[in-house]
Amino acid sequence: MSSAQITDPYDITASSNNLGRRRRIQKLVSFVAILSAALAVALLALVLGTVLFKGLSQIDTAFFTKPAALFGEKGGIADALIGSALIVGMAMIMAVPIAILVAIYIAEYAGPKAASFFRVMLDVLNGVPAIIVGIFIYGLLVVGKGQSAIYGAMALAILMIPMVARATQEILELVPRHLREASLALGVPRWRTVYSIVLPTAIGGILTGVVIAVARVAGETAPLLFTSSITQNQISFDIHNALPTLPVRIFTLSESPSPDDQAAAWAAALVLIAFVLVMNIVAKVIANRKRRSLEGG
Amino acid sequence: MSMTTPRIDSGKLGELAATPDGRGAETVFAVSDLTVSYSGNVALKGVDLAIQKNFVTAFIGPSGCGKSTFIRCFNRMNDLVPGARVDGEVLYHGRDLYGANVDPVEVRRRIGMVFQKPNPFPKSIYDNIAFGPRILGMKQDIDERVERTLKHAALWDEVKDRLKENALGLSGGQQQRLCIARALAVEPDVILMDEPASALDPISTSRIEDLIHELKNEYTIVIVTHNMQQAARVADKTAFFSVELREDGSGRHGILVEYDQTTKVFTNPTDKRTEDYVTGRFG
Ligand SMILES: Nc1ncnc2c1ncn2[C@@H]1O[C@H](COP(=O)(O)OP(=O)(O)OP(=O)(O)O)[C@@H](O)[C@H]1O
Ligand SMILES: [Mg+2]
Repeated sequence: MSSAQITDPYDITASSNNLGRRRRIQKLVSFVAILSAALAVALLALVLGTVLFKGLSQIDTAFFTKPAALFGEKGGIADALIGSALIVGMAMIMAVPIAILVAIYIAEYAGPKAASFFRVMLDVLNGVPAIIVGIFIYGLLVVGKGQSAIYGAMALAILMIPMVARATQEILELVPRHLREASLALGVPRWRTVYSIVLPTAIGGILTGVVIAVARVAGETAPLLFTSSITQNQISFDIHNALPTLPVRIFTLSESPSPDDQAAAWAAALVLIAFVLVMNIVAKVIANRKRRSLEGG
Repeated sequence: MSMTTPRIDSGKLGELAATPDGRGAETVFAVSDLTVSYSGNVALKGVDLAIQKNFVTAFIGPSGCGKSTFIRCFNRMNDLVPGARVDGEVLYHGRDLYGANVDPVEVRRRIGMVFQKPNPFPKSIYDNIAFGPRILGMKQDIDERVERTLKHAALWDEVKDRLKENALGLSGGQQQRLCIARALAVEPDVILMDEPASALDPISTSRIEDLIHELKNEYTIVIVTHNMQQAARVADKTAFFSVELREDGSGRHGILVEYDQTTKVFTNPTDKRTEDYVTGRFG
């Protein structure tokens, strides 16, 4: 470049310095990012597609209303659905109140040091593999007393507590400080402020967290293998005994040499995936609706 | 406590300050040698001042001089700030506001507060007002109380047909009047306002000022404001705060410079710093 050349300093069409290189890098980065995103979507589509393809043809009304097959005849998953609903329902009843109280303590009462200690503890608990929780309940209760749906629910509750507590605590911390101050300045006690102002404001986020946690644990297999897997495969509501569940059923069906059983495993997997998907959509809807009401809609 | 700080005889000052209609004859708050610090950093130092009944008292001064810090001492809001520490004495009708057996919750019931940013609850207009009375056990005739307080806050005509609607749908000025109504609903004795109109347009601001004029017959009002015309318009007495650099160079803190009748502070201030500030020659 010759320095004698007269250039227009305001010429924005001319490329300066390393603009060309910056443009190339920019293009490369966005290409890689788009590719990765596409890969993730493709993987999900592949899983869904396979399950749909192999499972959908098996699904009819009888599949939902009949219990597992005994010999040869075509069976359903009614017993497993009931068992899963009971166990996940009990897990929810055990976990949600504890988790919300833990979250309230962390977000509203604990000092900064205690709060960060408990947050880390919850994250560690969240990272404990489900099979370890299964072994824990197995060693503590199942050995000696035998399997039961209640013990299965306890294992799932242990998995749910850190998920729900962490989600709730994060939502509580998003509740604006000025709302708490407004209530406290009226002479409303702390606990009452939490109960009447903070929790109702955060309820959408809390429900979202609960729904996502339910969707997660509904598919957990390992803890239930230890606690509620030796079952009669009949429709039963007896929570003091082991009950069949959807994930354990998928596991045992897929282990079976019979092609009918394997087909049924795909169908059951489809039901489970559909449940998880619906729950996630429900969570999104709750979150959006609540956000709108907070913004004064 | 330092012996050099002149103690204000609040009783005497109260008598001096009373107006012909009797307002201001009684001292509501008597503050002596009040120092507030956040995590060891002094924010406001050695304040002595008395606030009279049914007076509007304004706090003015540059940003960061501790006006909010000070006003939040009167309803013990600073208790909620981790690391905040209040030293010195605040007497409320002669009783130690920071006494060992005083419950801040009870203090806040009697001494209401309106904040800078309107902060209605994300509930209906009706529930915003009814919330405090319901929880504090004033359960009779809630409907009537809601109507009375909204009228009191000059908001009734605008909202009487939409009481069940979400309060967040109101305009900023309406929200702030709702917050004033919410504070009135629990029958406080004092209302603290920290820059209640600074987020509002001029028309909403003048409505709030009119409201303050109305309310001072029944309540004692303390108001922080950045707007000197506003202080001149609404306040009986004005306190000017300023920032002082510490001699050892360890930082700065707020001090009370001058406290007097509003007309005196604005037209004939005693202190040079007050004069510079009110004539706009500050900083
Ligand atoms: N919660 C807090 N934690 C730590 N320091 C604080 C806190 N609140 C206020 N301060 C400090 O105390 C000093 C006084 O602040 P304050 O908010 O009382 O001033 P102000 O006069 O109300 O100012 P403004 O006019 O801007 O509202 C400032 O230096 C500020 O940084
Ligand atoms: Mg302030």
